[in-house]
This record gives sequence, structure tokens and C-alpha cells, in this order.
Amino acid sequence: MSQEYAVIGKSVPRKDGWDKVTGKAKYTGDLKFPNMLVGKILTSPHAHARILSIDTSEAEKLPGVKAVITHEDVPSLKYGISPARWDENIFCIDKVRFVGDKVAAVAALDEETVYKALKLIKVEYETLPAVFDPFEAMREDAPLVQEEYPRNINTEIHQNFGDVDKAMAEAYYVRTDRFKGQRTYQSPIEPHSAISIWDKDKLTIYSSTQSPHYFQYYIAREFGLPMGNVRVLKTHIGGGFGGKLEPTGLEFAGAVLSKLTGRPVRMFYDREDMFAHNRGRHAQFMELTTGVDKDGKILAVHANFVMDGGAYTSLGVASAYYAGALLTIPYEFDNYKFDMYRVNTNLPACGAQRGHGHPQPRFAFESHLDNIAKELGIDPVEIRLRNARKSNTTTPNEFKVETCALTEALEKARDLSGWREKKGKLPSGRGIGIGVGSFVSGAGYPIYRTDLPQASAVIKVNEDGSEATLYSGSVDIGQGSDTVLCQMAAEAMGYVYEKMRIVSADTELAPHDFGAYASRQTLMSGAAVKQAGEEIKTQLLAIAAPALGVRAEELDCREGIIFVKANPEINRTFGEAAREFFVKKGPLVGRGVYHVPKLGGKFKGAAVGTSPAYSFAAQVAEVEIDEETGEVKIAEVWDVHDCGKVINPALLHAQVHGAFYMGMGESVWEQVLFDAKGKIINANLAEYRLPTALDMPRLHSDLVDTVEPNGPWGVKEVGEGATTPVMGCISNAITDAIGVRIDSLPLSYEKVWRASKERKRNTSGE
Amino acid sequence: MARTLTDEQGVKRYLVNLKVNGDNHTVMVKGNSLLVNVLRDELDLTGTKKGCELGDCGSCTVLLDGKPVNSCLVLAVEAEGREITTIEGVAQNDKLDKLQESFVNNAAIQCGYCTPGMVLSAKALLTRNPHPTETEVREAISGNLCRCTGYVNIVKAVMAAAEQE
Repeated sequence: MSQEYAVIGKSVPRKDGWDKVTGKAKYTGDLKFPNMLVGKILTSPHAHARILSIDTSEAEKLPGVKAVITHEDVPSLKYGISPARWDENIFCIDKVRFVGDKVAAVAALDEETVYKALKLIKVEYETLPAVFDPFEAMREDAPLVQEEYPRNINTEIHQNFGDVDKAMAEAYYVRTDRFKGQRTYQSPIEPHSAISIWDKDKLTIYSSTQSPHYFQYYIAREFGLPMGNVRVLKTHIGGGFGGKLEPTGLEFAGAVLSKLTGRPVRMFYDREDMFAHNRGRHAQFMELTTGVDKDGKILAVHANFVMDGGAYTSLGVASAYYAGALLTIPYEFDNYKFDMYRVNTNLPACGAQRGHGHPQPRFAFESHLDNIAKELGIDPVEIRLRNARKSNTTTPNEFKVETCALTEALEKARDLSGWREKKGKLPSGRGIGIGVGSFVSGAGYPIYRTDLPQASAVIKVNEDGSEATLYSGSVDIGQGSDTVLCQMAAEAMGYVYEKMRIVSADTELAPHDFGAYASRQTLMSGAAVKQAGEEIKTQLLAIAAPALGVRAEELDCREGIIFVKANPEINRTFGEAAREFFVKKGPLVGRGVYHVPKLGGKFKGAAVGTSPAYSFAAQVAEVEIDEETGEVKIAEVWDVHDCGKVINPALLHAQVHGAFYMGMGESVWEQVLFDAKGKIINANLAEYRLPTALDMPRLHSDLVDTVEPNGPWGVKEVGEGATTPVMGCISNAITDAIGVRIDSLPLSYEKVWRASKERKRNTSGE
Repeated sequence: MARTLTDEQGVKRYLVNLKVNGDNHTVMVKGNSLLVNVLRDELDLTGTKKGCELGDCGSCTVLLDGKPVNSCLVLAVEAEGREITTIEGVAQNDKLDKLQESFVNNAAIQCGYCTPGMVLSAKALLTRNPHPTETEVREAISGNLCRCTGYVNIVKAVMAAAEQE
């Protein structure tokens, strides 16, 4: 056999492609159950107000309404996804904290009745002073969003590694720059929905979720149920990007409505609700100070950040730590200081959006590094090559990086893009820029403290060996994990991809896995799947050996054929041997489990940013600016990734495409905007501007090879890391084109136009 | 004009004939019933998705007499007597249309929520213009938002399907 692998490394078509392209694929909101009701949540029209009274009597009288619930009808136990800060209630009890906070819910026969009933609920409010700016929120006299966080400081971080002051004092050049990020929203095209069925002592919830496990854990906790009495599962998911990682009011309120009515209840968000629920990207205010030697080698970095967290914690504690933790990954330096305040405001809660906490700081750092390079007269690619991390190194905050091909990625991106021919030589209005990025291949620790393994898997071979089913708690939200994990299972078993079936993301039918976040599944779920597949193979070779007259160790199995390694002519089929196994021993089952080895240092927050492996990327973009209008056209992009062994190249490059697309939208167009009273003014897909097919540049996605010893077959991540270089890359290209740096996201046409105009005025005035 | 009945609450119901994917259906709808809801709720054709209900995202795209429309902006009563094609009508006898095959083979699908609308917008394009330029493809799907793919492989899939003409 000439090729090393039979199944992995190939662009096999996705498992769910046929169903999705024919419309057969059912998403949560497409499901119907007999006697099902429809439900919706009433939200607050005020950013900050005391609830004086709630009168549901008129709503209850409306024909077709089956139940109306408020905080009096649900558990008052606070929940959240970050265990350190459980601060949400199913419905607000004393006061509402943002426009969109949860107040009551209705279940009725149809959507139209639900909307009518919500209007009939009378809530009397006493409005309170609200605060929308994190710096104002930290003032002593600011209104408190949550009483338990003085000065509205939800999370405070002070980390110091090495000797930053000494290194700064010895530096040839020290520079401080300040940057601002914006609020963005994941905007999956599928709105969230959840169908709750509370039947006697069993609660079943179909949900658009990225993690059935965390949903199950928190829902069971809220209702005081054993986890086994709560089943959470999903059918197909229409995108998540971090916004579907934590349970919402849809699950909690839907469960209560189902219990009260004894009927299945389908709860849903409309598009406006999705924006209000949010959990999108935090707006960060980033001050970076860096000291370098005369060659541009980084000696010390101080990141001094503030982030607007909105009204609740969500995943924000982790977001805050990630913002600084991952700044140390792509470039090598020994001295690092990170200060952060995550501040509550009366705005929707922010959480984890693709790249979790890291893309805005990366934008800031890549912009900052270009400013330094310009000052020292060093080419932007060159300064990155001089600082790029190498394999087998450790960051100042104690993350071990075993493989890193950032240098090769930078060189390849430089050469593919024609950097040397273009930099400084492009005509007026055009610019070229570079940015790098990196990300964890799975978080080293789960979200709540537990000794559960990160992932587990079971494979069961059908009685006659004609099919095998992989059972995995992993979650395919569109990225293609069902496909990739089936490829991995088939490879490990010596089987055929086309004969693999998968049951995933169902807490009852599939074994535990934490789900789709932190770019973890290819490495972590994959490791468990590989082990399960190998266990199948071992058992199969043992049963197959006697008939072939050899010992099991002399056999191998590949693409469904068991053969003698020394003489492949002597063989028998996987199916025959599997049948023989079943007849003699019963079900042929393989099991796998993956624990992360203990990672990281001992300081406060040391866990965030730990990972078995880190991906790296270098990206070059060329832009064209219309100086009359400020219009930004991203013309062409070259992305080179170090993401370890690739299991499915087509799906991998598709992740890069989508991650770039999202980063590009955040760079130039996307921003959640509010009026003076904290109400979102663009909570729709016309005014929150997702790029269309006409906005996409020519995009080249390329790779450099590494084999990561900590990943199955050498894999690392791609899905989130590919978003991290984009904003810095585009920022640097725009700066190259217009000759001036814009320090706040998005780099909108208006800002580009104003900055160009300003620069011209200054130049002509000199 | 459609026949009407008035229910107990005084709401007028219209008896509407809808021809969907070649099948004739007779349904009672309200004057404000949206085509997307009638397709999904009454006929269980849930391949037509709902993403925004404002005509922004294109997830609910269907063909009305061969032209792509957002079915969240069409009243069911307006569709009376028109030829409606939903994604369920594209693969005839469970054989994929060449566009659908091309989406599968070019990794043009991720979460799949925009896919039905994308396929229908592209199908309408290829019907009126079997050999489009890449810009024409991008224009034709510019009313269909996709959050996963950056449209890269979708454009590739449509171009590849057109080349087979």
C-alpha cells in the first residue's frame, strides 16, 4: 500500500450533505410533535428598571393561550455558564438590566396568538439610571448593574510574568498605542429554538445547541433533577460561532411551560431576540505598550485592557482571560504584564464569539507591531519573522507549544502574495498588509470544575459488519465534525468511510463530550474516536487470525480488508470477521476516552489558554480604497495555516473561508449599534451588515505541514484560529493604502474617508 | 377570487389552491398568512427556512413561476394559481439536480441553513443564464446570506454546475 492513510487526508463528501441540499435536514424549529404548543419570552423595553408589578390576567384570557409564566412560576436559582459568576435568573425578579432582559413567557396554540398575548402582559416599571459605557460604569457614583460587583467590575485580572519594568527600561524603543474594538454578533442564520417535553419525571429538550452536555448539566441543576432525567439533543444546527454554547431562557422557560401544560412546547427567538440575547464579541479598549531592541525583537509587552461585558457574565470571565492569555502565543518574548477589567453595563451580555476574546487584542497587537516596524524602518514581514515562535517553546504565561510553523507560514504567505514586489510599490489607493494569528486546539480545562474526561466515544459494528456506528457526544454545528470523526473512526478501525454512521450530540444515546467550542473536537473528540477505532481493530484481528493461520500481531486491516502484513494476498473481509466476532462473542464494540494531561502554571487564571496544541496562521491582504468615498474593497487574500495533520482538506479550507469572512465583516462592516437608551438600532440582517457574495475577495487558503505529537494523527485546530489574523491583516493593509492608522473597529468607509482627508490636509499644510 | 369563510372570531379565511412542486394543495389561510408559514406549517415543507422574516437573509427563497422570491414577503393568497418550487421539488425522484450534486461535491455546504435558498437562487440563474460569469453568480446569490462559507465554495459549485451545461 503506497499511501500512509486510507481514509484521513481525503476530501470525502460530508455525511449530511445530501439531507441539507435536498431540504430533508430538520433543524430544531422544523420539528413537530403531537399537541405541541408555541412559546415566546416577553422582554424588557428598558435598559435598567425596577419591576413593580406584572399582570398576566388579560394575556391568560386570550383564546388559544395555554400558560403565562413569570418569576413566580419558576425556580429562583441563579444560573450562568461561568461557575464563578452565576448571575442570571430564568425571569428577572426585582429589576431588568438591559433592553431585552427576560420578564415573562407565554405558550399558546400558534405564533400569532403568542405575539398577541405578549402584548397583553402588563408590566409596571420604575426606570432607573442606566450606564452604557464601561469607563463611566467604573466610577464610584455609577448605577450598579449587579449589586454584587462594586464599581460594576465583573472580572479583574492582573498578571505579571518576568520583569516588564526592567525590560522596558532597557529597550531601544518603547511604544504605546491605544485601540478600540466594537460589539459584534455571531449572527448564525438559524435562529435559536428549543422544544421542551416534560413527561412525568423526564425532561427532553431538542435545542440548537453547541453543547448538549453543558445544557444538560445546567438545566438539571436549575430544576434539581438528576442529570440522567434530562436529555438534551439536537438535530441539525444552523451555525453557532459561540452564540449557542450556553442554555438560554428558551430551554428554562420552555421546560416550565411544558411541565405546566403537559404538552411539548417549541420556544423560539426571532432575529431581534437573537441580537438582544447576544453573547457576541465584547468591545475591548486596548492599550498596548511594547519595548523592542533596535532589531525589532520584542523584549516586553504590557496589555492594559477594559472590556464592556454587558449586563451578565455569560462566558465573559473566560473571554477576559483569553484576551490577554493568547497574546503571548505567536511571538516569543519573556516579559509580559496583563491588566484587564471586564465591566458590567446595561447592554446585552457578551460572550464567546469565534476566536473567543482574542481577535480584537490580536487586531490591536498586529496594528501596534506594524507601527513599531514602521518607526524602526523594518519590513512588517521581517519583524514578524524575527519574533515568530518556534516549536518546543514555552510562553511567559507557561503554555507549552510543541509544534509551531509560523516562520514557514510567514515565508509562504510572503512569497505567494508577491509581498516583496508589492510592498511600498503599489499605486495610490492600494495597500498590502500582514497579520498573524493562533488559537488553542481545545481548552485544557472544561468550563465548570469536574474530573470528567474531555471526550469519549463508542463504536458499534453492525452484526454482519456491513456498517458501523460511531456514538459521540461531539456536536456538528456545520463545521463538519460528524464527517471528520467518521473518517477518523474508519481509519483507526481499518474500515470504510461510506459505511460509517454517526449518532452524535445526544446526552442519552451518545457518550459524554463537552461539545463544539474552543476548537476542540478534531483533537479531543478525535483522540477518543481513534482509541475506540483501534479497540475495534484489535478485537477483530484477534478473531480473524486463526482462520488465516497467523498470529494477530501479523495482521493489519485497511479499508475493510484484514490481511497478513508480510503477504497481503492472504486476507479476509472486515465483514466476515465482524460477523464471526458477533456469533462467538456478542456485539463488537470499541470504546475510547480522552483526558487532557495537566497543563499550565499555578498563578490565578493559569488554566485559560492552556491547550494540548496551538494552531498558527499568517495572512496577507491586498486592499483598494476609493479615496473619494472611503469605500474599502478587499481585493485578494493569502492565508497560510499551520493546523497539523489535515483530516479533510475540503472541509478545512472551508473553515478558513468562513473564518476569514467573519473576520472581514468585523473589520469593515459589522457593529451592533444602540440608541441613547440602550436599545439596539440595527437588530436585523439589513442594518447589521453581514458581507454578501459580492463583498468577498479572491481568497487563497494554503498550508504548511506539521505533525502535532499531542493530537491524534498529528491534528490541531482551524475553525477559530483562522478568524484571529484577519482584522490585524486588513487594518495593516488599509493603513498601507491610506498612510494613516485608524485605531478603532470597524474600519468603516466613513472612518477611512475621514482619515484620508485628514492626512491630505496635514500633508498639504506642511 | 378565492372563496372565503368567516370564523367565530370574525376573521376571514381564504380557500387557496397552491401548486407546489407540481402537487396541488387546497388550504384555508388567513389574509395575513405568509407563504413561508403555509409551506412549513400546513404542508410540512420545512426545507424552506426562516431566518429573519424581513426579507433580509434569503433563507426562505422559493421560486414563484421560476423567479426567486423571499417567501416571508409573499402572502399565501398571492401565490394562488402560481407555480411554486421549493427545495423539496428540486431533486426529482430522489435524484439530485446537477446543482445540488455540485454543492455536495464542492464542499459548498456547512451548517446548511442557507443551502435551500442558495440552490434555488442559483437554479433560477442557471435557468435564465446557463453560462454565467462569476460576477453574475455572485449577484444572483447576493440576496442569500451565508455565515459559514464566505460563499467561496458556493460560487465554485454554481460555476462548476454551469460548466456541465
